[in-house]
Amino acid sequence: MRAMTYRGPYKLRVEEKDKPSIEHPNDAIVRVQLAAICGSDLHLYHGMMPDTRIGHTFGHEFIGVVDEIGSSVEHLQVGDRVMVPFNIFCGSCWFCARGLYSNCHNVNANATAVGGIYGYSHTTGGYDGGQAEYVRVPFADVGPVKIPDWMHDEDAVLLTDAAATGYFGAQLGEIAEGDTVVVLGAGPVGLIAAQSAWLMGAGRVIVVDHLTERLEKARTMAYAETLDYDEYDDIVVELKQQTDFLGADVVIEAVGAEADGSCLQHIAGTKLKLQGGSPVALNWAIDSVRKGGTVAVVGAYGPIPSAVKFGDAVNKGLSLRMNQTPVKRQWPRMFEHVRNGYLTPRAMVTHRFPLENISEAYHVFSAKLDGCIKPLILPSAS
Amino acid sequence: MTDPSKTHTRSTDELPIAYVPDRPQLRETPEQLRARIPGWGADLDPADRPSHPKLRYDPDGTGAHWRFPERQPGAEGRERSIEHAFVTPVFGTAQPLHGVSGHIRRLAYARYSEARLGHWLLLIVGDRVDAWGSHVRSFATLRPDNPVTQTGVLSEFSADGAARRGRSDRRHHLLDPVIVAGPWVAGAGAAVFGARRLLRRMAR
Repeated sequence: MRAMTYRGPYKLRVEEKDKPSIEHPNDAIVRVQLAAICGSDLHLYHGMMPDTRIGHTFGHEFIGVVDEIGSSVEHLQVGDRVMVPFNIFCGSCWFCARGLYSNCHNVNANATAVGGIYGYSHTTGGYDGGQAEYVRVPFADVGPVKIPDWMHDEDAVLLTDAAATGYFGAQLGEIAEGDTVVVLGAGPVGLIAAQSAWLMGAGRVIVVDHLTERLEKARTMAYAETLDYDEYDDIVVELKQQTDFLGADVVIEAVGAEADGSCLQHIAGTKLKLQGGSPVALNWAIDSVRKGGTVAVVGAYGPIPSAVKFGDAVNKGLSLRMNQTPVKRQWPRMFEHVRNGYLTPRAMVTHRFPLENISEAYHVFSAKLDGCIKPLILPSAS
Repeated sequence: MTDPSKTHTRSTDELPIAYVPDRPQLRETPEQLRARIPGWGADLDPADRPSHPKLRYDPDGTGAHWRFPERQPGAEGRERSIEHAFVTPVFGTAQPLHGVSGHIRRLAYARYSEARLGHWLLLIVGDRVDAWGSHVRSFATLRPDNPVTQTGVLSEFSADGAARRGRSDRRHHLLDPVIVAGPWVAGAGAAVFGARRLLRRMAR
């Protein structure tokens, strides 16, 4: 089969690989119909995630058709069209039994601090991902869901991570009616987080970024006020002024470990790898939220430490809430919101690349060329 | 430069709201917001939010029909975090450990917990050794690594790379080619230097 493979930092190619096989009785093999590149894939692409092995196939946002099932699979049949959460989870460990599907303890032998994720290095379990023609899907009775007839494929693929993560981020903020919510980052997660903040009763939603096309999308898709941080000496001071020197009630950090906003921190953290990434957005969140407020973190960070202003968080009495998204837990309610038109994931899609052009797709997305907000990948067999 | 005119003073006595006990006045009423924003307030009640409360005990609602999953074969000798009691019942089998990078990674897993920086730094070293070894080995194949096609850098032309002029992230984008090409240039330089020394020695 054809599959994207990692060849070292900033280098990828498409290779012929063996089609995955059933390795556990509850496995399924899924023929991928549509995949996406996630912003967090860029951390792998840039060599920031420990134990990213040469030959690894990335991709944790995908939908497809069940091609093969293991002997104990009861809930799926060959031919079913399924959407697969980015979390690999068993459904029965201490954490899964309590709804923390992203923290499953039975699927990642390589680490206890993170669950299993498709195509996201061996630090998250060593599973190849869905930017390929076929993918192995463990615990087929637990993770995948049949795609509803009414759902658009592009909505379905975005619900496997980016959209669910944005919705989850707004929930982490514990938004109350009338709250002022600041969303840092107008990428796919930030856009849905901004839409979701309204659903939870926000009185005001302000999105911060520096890319004009993304800020425009935040205004049109998420009805948000926008601030371009490049236009201000200090975006934290601007946010304080915007909120009458109080600070925002809730800040949702939807940027992660490769934040821009400080050239020095970006180079030190993400280019020279002197720390676990650039914590600029996280520190802006801590500084711009009001005392006693909540910072919700859904930007992706790796396991290596970063210089986070924890003292300010303590002294301001903040609630810091975060997790990888337990995707399937979000779906029943999100399906209603998508069907009602309250959440519009596919409005963020800007690019569609054939799998054979995967290197160009990553470069365009990474360098944010051509107004790229969300690129989808079309495998050759789809 | 921050624009002082954007200050929003909402307290009745012109003091910023942070310095007085008043509640901030809403810019729009819930009715106005509901009319303007599709779905505004649909999840106003925390009970409608799927991740509330954080822990919700429901072991029968996941689709699992086991208390502990059947164990996947092949766990013997597989690396694992020493914070785990055993290799998890299901695990990934992509890219098993091999060669020098495999020894480095195995040491990271066997010696250090996830709490130790040494664990992660050794894994990063293993990653770089893996990358260099793979690059070198690729030259003994019919499909050697090609930094031009594998970086997708030609899309700078097809996707109008020049249009990012003026963006603040452009400053560090200039570093990307250095990071990608630097090791190749250094490697080529070292190879030329070594070859010249060898030729000189042979000529003596």
